[in-house]
Amino acid sequence: MLGGRIAAAQFLGVAALVFAALAAVWYGSTAAGLVRPLFLPSPAQVINRLAELWRTGQLTADVSISIYRITLGFLISTVLALPVGVLIGCYRVWEAAIEPFVDFIRYMPVVAFVPLTILWTGTGDAQKFLIIFIGTFFQQVLLVMDNVKSVPREFINLGRTLQMPEWRILQRIVLPSSMPAIWDSMRISLGWAWTWLVVAELVAATSGLGYRITTAQRFFQTDLIFGYLLILGILGLMTDQIMKYAGRRLFRYLEVR
Amino acid sequence: MTPKLVISGLAKTFYTDRGETVALKGVDLTIGENEFVALVGTSGCGKSTLLSIAAGLETYDEGSITLDGAAITMPGLDRGVVFQSYTLLPWLTAMGNVEFALRAAGSNGREAQEIARAHLSLVGLEGFEQAFPAELSGGMKQRVAIARALSYRPEILLMDEPFGALDALTRHHMQELLTAVWEKHRLTVLFITHDVEEAVYLSDRVAVMTNRPGRIKSIVNVDLPRPRHYELLSSAKFRQLQRRILDDIRSESIAAAGLGKALA
Repeated sequence: MLGGRIAAAQFLGVAALVFAALAAVWYGSTAAGLVRPLFLPSPAQVINRLAELWRTGQLTADVSISIYRITLGFLISTVLALPVGVLIGCYRVWEAAIEPFVDFIRYMPVVAFVPLTILWTGTGDAQKFLIIFIGTFFQQVLLVMDNVKSVPREFINLGRTLQMPEWRILQRIVLPSSMPAIWDSMRISLGWAWTWLVVAELVAATSGLGYRITTAQRFFQTDLIFGYLLILGILGLMTDQIMKYAGRRLFRYLEVR
Repeated sequence: MTPKLVISGLAKTFYTDRGETVALKGVDLTIGENEFVALVGTSGCGKSTLLSIAAGLETYDEGSITLDGAAITMPGLDRGVVFQSYTLLPWLTAMGNVEFALRAAGSNGREAQEIARAHLSLVGLEGFEQAFPAELSGGMKQRVAIARALSYRPEILLMDEPFGALDALTRHHMQELLTAVWEKHRLTVLFITHDVEEAVYLSDRVAVMTNRPGRIKSIVNVDLPRPRHYELLSSAKFRQLQRRILDDIRSESIAAAGLGKALA
């Protein structure tokens, strides 16, 4: 049925089934020798490679540095995007001043900034933060602006009929009212931030998940590439689920108990 | 009767890209202290605009509008407003929503809690103090909104089709509740509606508005006894008043709908 509901267990079951089916196809095609291991290594090969990297501590080091970079890069971007987005969502003059400019930058491919950022900041962590920032900040500003704009006019009028000063209306009505939508926007932009991190690490880095993938390509370690891709997928899925769960806890008032 | 809200010669024009719309022209209406006045009219006649101006949410071009002799130029706590759409803040409980208004009006802590609790019980919502709006029915939400608007003791209550979004049965219950509250506590009310039966049942006087540009076409005294109960609806006197107002409004709504020739 269109838009019909299903039980949580059923949802989980269907999702797990898709993953299991894909794994089965993967296992089947490699076990039957349908593709060359250089192109598609078997699940066992991939797991062995990951296990080996785990024992040597390489895996933990790569994952940690990448998580560190994305956390800081994403936080910098978010902390700066929130006030700008709220400002241009509330005041037309600021929207006129900032929104077209943000749109202009937003359409420049982030990848094209990589050479420039290396020139500016070298190949260290700062360059990773900068790429994550360029890729995320401008999108976040527009998302937050939309979230703030969709606060019902009636809520703002309520504040006015209660003779609340403007900044109070902003603080007590506009912000709490748009918070659930802003949280969702942050969850979505975090997914993009992962992409930009890996892009930055692929091009110029001496550590991290993206860096390890580029070196693996040089040595034809396809199993490592697949392993790290899986890890990236798992990390993404985990952060998304955590954000979703936290959102449900934070904004429980929206659901009927 | 001491005049409370005095509107005279009020005019309002909206300017848009597609030209100008004269919403109100020469509106005269006086509402006395503790009087319940309903304003009825077809949709788009400008009755909501009039209420917005009274609330201070909208400006006007000509004429004057005063509350207790002072010109209305902006929103204020001397007016309580109940909108048609549900305006409860979803992150606050029923109590929280009433306390929100009380805090804005300067009451705090225990005092605000007591006032909020008393007003929720006034609209029959004991036991729902801690419920969030998502857990309340449409009628309950509007009762919280009424409790909220009454809680800070405004001089006048402005209601813009507050029961318009409710189903017929709930709407009847809400009308009975509002009448009971009003008969107990007496306050000045301007009530906007397009439901003539509702207007007659609730009011001391019913003002009929013309189509755009809206002005007051006629004012009908509702000299029905109080306390009013629902049986009143079937009385001859009630039917007669309702009929008279309907006749007044009918010509306006036929014109507004462009049905003049078809129904002639």
